[in-house]
Amino acid sequence: MITFDAVTKRYPDGTVAVDRLSLEAPTGEITVLVGPSGCGKTTSLRMINRMIDASEGRILLDGEPVQGIDPPTLRRGIGYVIQQAGLFPHRKIVDNIATVPYLLGWDKKKARVRAMELLERVGLDPALAGRYPFQLSGGQQQRVGVARALAADPPVLLMDEPFSAVDPIVRTSLQDELLRLQAELNKTIVFVTHDIDEAIKLGDRVAVLRVGGTLAQVADPKTLLSEPADDFVREFLGHDRGIRRLQFVSTEGLRLRTDLTVEEGAERGTSESWQLVVDAEGRPLGWASGARPGELEPYGTFVPGRDSMRSALDAALLSPSGCAVAVDEQGKVVGVATREALDQALAEAADG
Amino acid sequence: MGDGPPSIWEWIARNWDTGRVDSIRNLLTDHLTMSLVPIMLALVVALPLGLACVRWRWLYQPTSGFMNVVYALPSLPVFMLLISVTGLSQTTVIIPLTFYGMAVLIPAVVDGLGSVPDHVRQSAVAMGFTPLRRLLQVELPIAVPVVLAGLRVVAVSSISLVSVGALIGQGGLGGLFTRAYQNPFMPPVIVGIVLIVALALVADGLLVLAQRLLTPWVRVRKGQGS
Repeated sequence: MITFDAVTKRYPDGTVAVDRLSLEAPTGEITVLVGPSGCGKTTSLRMINRMIDASEGRILLDGEPVQGIDPPTLRRGIGYVIQQAGLFPHRKIVDNIATVPYLLGWDKKKARVRAMELLERVGLDPALAGRYPFQLSGGQQQRVGVARALAADPPVLLMDEPFSAVDPIVRTSLQDELLRLQAELNKTIVFVTHDIDEAIKLGDRVAVLRVGGTLAQVADPKTLLSEPADDFVREFLGHDRGIRRLQFVSTEGLRLRTDLTVEEGAERGTSESWQLVVDAEGRPLGWASGARPGELEPYGTFVPGRDSMRSALDAALLSPSGCAVAVDEQGKVVGVATREALDQALAEAADG
Repeated sequence: MGDGPPSIWEWIARNWDTGRVDSIRNLLTDHLTMSLVPIMLALVVALPLGLACVRWRWLYQPTSGFMNVVYALPSLPVFMLLISVTGLSQTTVIIPLTFYGMAVLIPAVVDGLGSVPDHVRQSAVAMGFTPLRRLLQVELPIAVPVVLAGLRVVAVSSISLVSVGALIGQGGLGGLFTRAYQNPFMPPVIVGIVLIVALALVADGLLVLAQRLLTPWVRVRKGQGS
């Protein structure tokens, strides 16, 4: 566990970057520090591994004040992922990953074996080991950055806007990858971002900081969305806070109708205005409208139980039928969530 | 062949190794010494000075200002001045050439270290490098291409500048040029020019080769970059 105990960072010119911050980052969880620029989130992160020293207060690492630990020793025990990856351009990927093991004096062979393990673990082709960083894409470099931070198996990982310099598609896949890794590794992660969506997606706990370095609220994402502490947090969360909250509402209990599905070629003969046409294997083909026979309209799918209400609603809005198609993991139709069913679920979500 | 002036090849053969100080071979050796020693010295001195200028930023302005003034001094009067201290020796040529080399290499070292991206330096700190190790294993290696580019300029200009020393009797192959004042006989001049250019090309080629061996990560970048 990382504990901030009334930590203040004041620069010689009088600027206060962090103001009496008290916060806990529990062991094995992802704690996200989020806020606008100038809120001291990066400064707070860097005080943990003493890249910046606190002016007042204490930071404890499992009860031990970091101020008492020699900085290089402290840092070798804490993984660090920086924006733009910060890979060493003159070292091959395998040696970049093995940086901290080398610093710790591991045998070179052992360090490289460990590096190869991690290369695969973060989802990269082992053939990349012998390349130089500039030969990799931004997303690949960032994965190498994560592998390098994990190389010596530190219990704590600090991540400073690690995914903000890559395009949105790559960012999403890196976020998913981080969550997958975290499920296996259970590191204590402190993650800094200015992107509230990223904070809500990744954080077990989210700490919202305001300009001047004070803590506005710390809570789990769901609580943050439903009970923002003040106007600042509410505004920072954005106007679609209600919609976003739906991503924490399960589709488990959503009522599904199974009588709206017909196999291809067997359409017609129903009082319903829309019918979902499926192929022989039960995969959706499109919506058939009574008004325009012979044409198939687009559809949207979600996996009940796995996907959130936000996904289900999104799926419904993608189709002129206004219904969301529920499929199993293999993509076969298991039912249809109609507007009525979605309405009912939304009403329940709004109450809870 | 009779009494006519000798052909250039005859002249080379006759003067290559006469055992006298002004044989072509001796001049070539002198030339190499007087150009290589300043290159090495300039590098050895410029490295710590460049590092100091990066460490203490305020040092850089006065240092580079001073080095630029030195660089602007014409070599001949400097040689003349130094004669009173070091006499008509090779040292008299080596000292100014070393300073000229430093004038190019100090900024090269400073720029080289400046070429280390900030996020790379930050991540080195965060990984737990000690300052010395960070300098030796991260910052200096990344500075190598810029420093080597400076070194190429210094090598070629030193090899060329040595010949001015001939005016104080220490010019290596430049000695072949001064003879043409007394005797308008061209072969020595041609041999001098060809050998000096050849030396410069060889030195430059060796440095390019060194760069390729030392910094494969730069070579590949050029190959694939565009």
